[in-house]
Amino acid sequence: MNDQTTKEPCREGSKPCACEGATKKASRRDFLLMLGFGLNAVAGAAIGIPLAGYVLSSFFKTNILDWVPLGPVDSFPEGKTRFANYKNPTHREWDGQTADIPCWVRRITGNDFQVFAINCTHLGCPVRWFEESKLFMCPCHGGAFYEDGGHAAGPPPRGLYTYEVKVENGNLYIKAGDLPNLGNQKV
Amino acid sequence: MKPALRKVTDAAMGVFNWADDRLHLTKLWESTAGHHVPQSAGSWFYVFGSATLLCFMIQLATGIMLALVYVPSAAEAYTTLEYLTFEQDLGWFLRAVHYWGSNFMVGIMLLHMTQVFLFGAYKYPREITWLTGVALLGLTLGLAFTGQVMRFDEDAYWGLGIGAAIMGRVPVIGGQMVNFMLGGPIIASEALSRFFALHVFVLPGAVLAIVSIHLRMVLSKGINEYPTPGMVVRRETYDKEYAAILKKEGVPFFPKAISKDLVAGAIVILGILACACFFGPKGPLGPPDPLQIDTVPRPDFYFLWIFAVAALMPDWMETPALLGGPVIIGLVLLALPFFNGTGEKSWRRRPVAVLTVVLTYLSLGLLTYLGQTSPWSPDMNAWRSAPIAKADLEGRSPLELQGALLIQYMQCRNCHAIDGVGGQRGPDLSGVGTRLTKPQLVRQIIQGGGNMPAYGDNLSPDQVEALANYMVSLCPTGIPPARDASLPEQPLGK
Repeated sequence: MNDQTTKEPCREGSKPCACEGATKKASRRDFLLMLGFGLNAVAGAAIGIPLAGYVLSSFFKTNILDWVPLGPVDSFPEGKTRFANYKNPTHREWDGQTADIPCWVRRITGNDFQVFAINCTHLGCPVRWFEESKLFMCPCHGGAFYEDGGHAAGPPPRGLYTYEVKVENGNLYIKAGDLPNLGNQKV
Repeated sequence: MKPALRKVTDAAMGVFNWADDRLHLTKLWESTAGHHVPQSAGSWFYVFGSATLLCFMIQLATGIMLALVYVPSAAEAYTTLEYLTFEQDLGWFLRAVHYWGSNFMVGIMLLHMTQVFLFGAYKYPREITWLTGVALLGLTLGLAFTGQVMRFDEDAYWGLGIGAAIMGRVPVIGGQMVNFMLGGPIIASEALSRFFALHVFVLPGAVLAIVSIHLRMVLSKGINEYPTPGMVVRRETYDKEYAAILKKEGVPFFPKAISKDLVAGAIVILGILACACFFGPKGPLGPPDPLQIDTVPRPDFYFLWIFAVAALMPDWMETPALLGGPVIIGLVLLALPFFNGTGEKSWRRRPVAVLTVVLTYLSLGLLTYLGQTSPWSPDMNAWRSAPIAKADLEGRSPLELQGALLIQYMQCRNCHAIDGVGGQRGPDLSGVGTRLTKPQLVRQIIQGGGNMPAYGDNLSPDQVEALANYMVSLCPTGIPPARDASLPEQPLGK
């Protein structure tokens, strides 16, 4: 075996070719071994980086927010808060019902609106509006919010998330496209 | 033996020997099913590991069957679940077995871990067996959560919302973490596909890989001997002591120590089947329609304790606990064999270990109960459905009766019960007149506080007056009403 040959001590007077040949073979093997490691590292990176990029793409992607209509301004009476919904601007055909996103629209007066996300700022459960007490209440952990979205009681760390609002051609629009949470809502 | 029979026997032996020569079946048998274990390990306390593995096998089999029909698309999943439950032959049964199998798996795995902990089986030289076991616990809980998402109904949808809200609390990269978890900006198809891939490919594959390491360690380091009080583990001597135990009382696992595992396995299978038949599958509940907000999302029972913790913790502690708690629990479990890897094994001489187990189970049990009953959640329909008892209305003045109407109309009952009926979030208003004076009630109604919203902007002075008067009247006979401590005490009845 060549391995055993390489381990034999090189004695003085012995034929030099046996010893040198083995050394040459061993170094060629060493080279091939290192080459194999190197090539596989490159190949592994070549397949691994795109895989990681594919999985992590949603992490690095910036959410595209778009203006979506909620309906004519007149469908929201002044001084009232109404349930509304919109189709998420980046939805897919196979999203089904999950593409329909609810929200609460408060028309203060004229074109002065506040639109709140449905998600409680505590853990994201859907808040419900109670017209009589003018409170939003969360069914999960009892968070409560005033009609202007301010925190009223319970564990939520802040008031309700609000959408950017505009009125154009008699229609109410909000800037939407993501799931509001403490990580992406600064206001 | 007759020549013909001998020929058949010889031929069969020849085939076996041929296969054995190629596949090393005898050696494989001797090193696995036939490996020697301490006779004391053939105990009822040692059946939980094999029972957990059996549950996993049931989950694999039923999961593959369900995947034949289930469509992991946000638009189709709910419909296929209904089809599975109501139309597909035995679909309801397979869903039920899969659901109850997961419950049994989590429960028995906890028992297995408890037994390993109390019997000191995590100590030298079985540290890696314990580490892989902790990893398997994490993966199993991951399977349980992703499985709840597969039941793509209203609870699954809002459960994902809760998960996203927790992820959103990660400092600096919270928003990106939510996108990473959901595979996109909202809870939709990408999220379901992502959790489907985790539930049917990634997590089961990881479980199979780590189970093989776990079993390899069980075979190479042996099954823990039944600990006797006073037998102390020392790194220098334990291997020799274990070898001596095996030499003295070692028996092949099959057939000498497997009998109780077989009986327990059969009981577990029958238990899962019985629960499946009697209780059926869970859900699906309402469709995953975000517009149906008349819902009260609750996680499956293994996560109810977390749901309860999120309600009961002080606000400042929430984010660190929700994000850091699982990490700390995992690190403590992983570090256990390294800071407590030697010494006494028997639970009889480890009172701290016993106390830890008792407190852990008490805490988990209590929190799970609280999570199930959720007294902190408002009863959203109480203002319409919870009546006020006749005795709490009789003899009241018109103003007080107006206050009773307002208590209903302003949704006070969603958080406040009267005579035990209504929400439990705030204190029961029965007898509130004995605890608070009228001025105190007025202040509380107008300013709120103590976890109650302020109603000052939503009530007229007359309405506040009526409410306070009615509440003052909620004062049981014979108990004096609350009084202002700064005023002189009045005799009862004046």
